Amino acid sequence: MPMAASEIEQLIKAAIPDAEIAIRDLAGDGDHYAARVVSKSFAGMSRIKQHQTVYSALGGRVGGELHALQLETAVPQPENI
Amino acid sequence: MSAHDRIAELVKKNDVVLFMKGTALFPQCGFSSRAIAILDRLEAKYETVDVLQDAEIRHGIKEYSEWPTIPQLYVRGEFVGGSDIMMEMFESGELQELLAAAA
Repeated sequence: MPMAASEIEQLIKAAIPDAEIAIRDLAGDGDHYAARVVSKSFAGMSRIKQHQTVYSALGGRVGGELHALQLETAVPQPENI
Repeated sequence: MSAHDRIAELVKKNDVVLFMKGTALFPQCGFSSRAIAILDRLEAKYETVDVLQDAEIRHGIKEYSEWPTIPQLYVRGEFVGGSDIMMEMFESGELQELLAAAA
């Protein structure tokens, strides 16, 4: 079942309040997205842990109702803090 | 043997192993295809496990790594990540280093 980009953003935001989120609908079908999530809370986490944090914010939807989420995570660069 | 034990054995037995959809020659998903392209580009020596041929592994691997998607790369028993992380590590040169150490 397709998901709206706004719904994905809300779920991530609820779990990671300071996150800056950019979402692109890759195929225009509401099923294949790319998301970039930038948060100070990622500092000191491994990449795997950062991605797992986002997956858990989406509560098991990735791999299920959300087929594909190309994910990029980052800590804000010093000049942006 | 449980799915967990079978996966543990696979990642222990093979220095570099990719759990994927399809085979290296015929990947069945764009993300698996991307993972293979990266490994081939690095001329890595790797084994693949086709999760489409094995429902138990297909579900078990997601719990094993607490990671909801496939492909998944393991090097020397450690979960490295999926195709996005592989691409980031490829671009930064970290994947080359990791694989060189495994060879």
